[in-house]
Amino acid sequence: MVEAAPSTAAYLMLSGTLFTVGLIGVIIRRNMITVLMAIELMLNAVNINLVAFSARLGSLEGQVFAIFIITVAAGEAAVGLAIIIQLYRLRSTINVDEARELNG
Amino acid sequence: MTPALLIFLIIGTVAVAASILVISMRNPVHSALFLLLTFLCVAVLFVMKGAEFVGAVQVLVYAGGIMVLFLFVVMLINVRHLPEERVLSAFWKGGFAVGLALFILLFSVVRPGAYADPAADSETKLKTVSTTRVRRGHVVRRQRVEGNSEAVAMALYRDYLVPFEVASLFLLVAMIGAIVIGKRELSAVEEETAPDFILERAETEKEVKEAFGG
Repeated sequence: MVEAAPSTAAYLMLSGTLFTVGLIGVIIRRNMITVLMAIELMLNAVNINLVAFSARLGSLEGQVFAIFIITVAAGEAAVGLAIIIQLYRLRSTINVDEARELNG
Repeated sequence: MTPALLIFLIIGTVAVAASILVISMRNPVHSALFLLLTFLCVAVLFVMKGAEFVGAVQVLVYAGGIMVLFLFVVMLINVRHLPEERVLSAFWKGGFAVGLALFILLFSVVRPGAYADPAADSETKLKTVSTTRVRRGHVVRRQRVEGNSEAVAMALYRDYLVPFEVASLFLLVAMIGAIVIGKRELSAVEEETAPDFILERAETEKEVKEAFGG
């Protein structure tokens, strides 16, 4: 299937589109849960890149690093969601703009 | 147009559309479900590139674990109690500008045809398991073609053993951190004197304090 599959450039373009959508989501949304979901989108886009290049170069490193990125994403989601829950307990809101104590 | 390209176009379109819906839905539950759709589409793309194991991990960890975590938190935080508010943050114009700039940048770097020639035996290489063992003082190297899972396992547990252990340590630390951060902390006096029904019913610390009359 690898030979018949679409080219690496097509995968890179799809990955770039997903990454851009995730970045826009991180910047423009105010709901903190949605921001965390957009971060997961960006990590996933990077995984697409790694797997595409792993197939092109015929090397397993890309897939191994994709697995590590999935691990990091799981830990990041757990800690981030715990922070969101704690913020909601303190402030009764999960709006990003409301949490500005460190804003100086 | 080959069938593989057709499948790629369909799945890719669904993935991009679902990702746009993720960041445009008002209700976080809807966002989470569209994120699930995106993850499944990406898993299909992984399998199309010969990465069966990563595709399976994607479905198990992302679609199974992380998504359940998100839905749990969405349901812990009662969304209906949140005030009606704007979805977009104050600097949404800047966000779209940055996104557009990054999009143009990425697409000017990736030119179609620039990466057109994969190595001839790349598909077999992704399934090749190479083992090394010492027999009668000689190092014997052997290569055989197996499944993608076995090849990834050999790479993960032999060549990348130390990073793998570090990743497991990272997961342990992340778990401890999530538990410590997410714990509800009341002061000792409150825990002593608060009636049980208030502690059970109140969702936030603020509500506990209000129940005590400020």
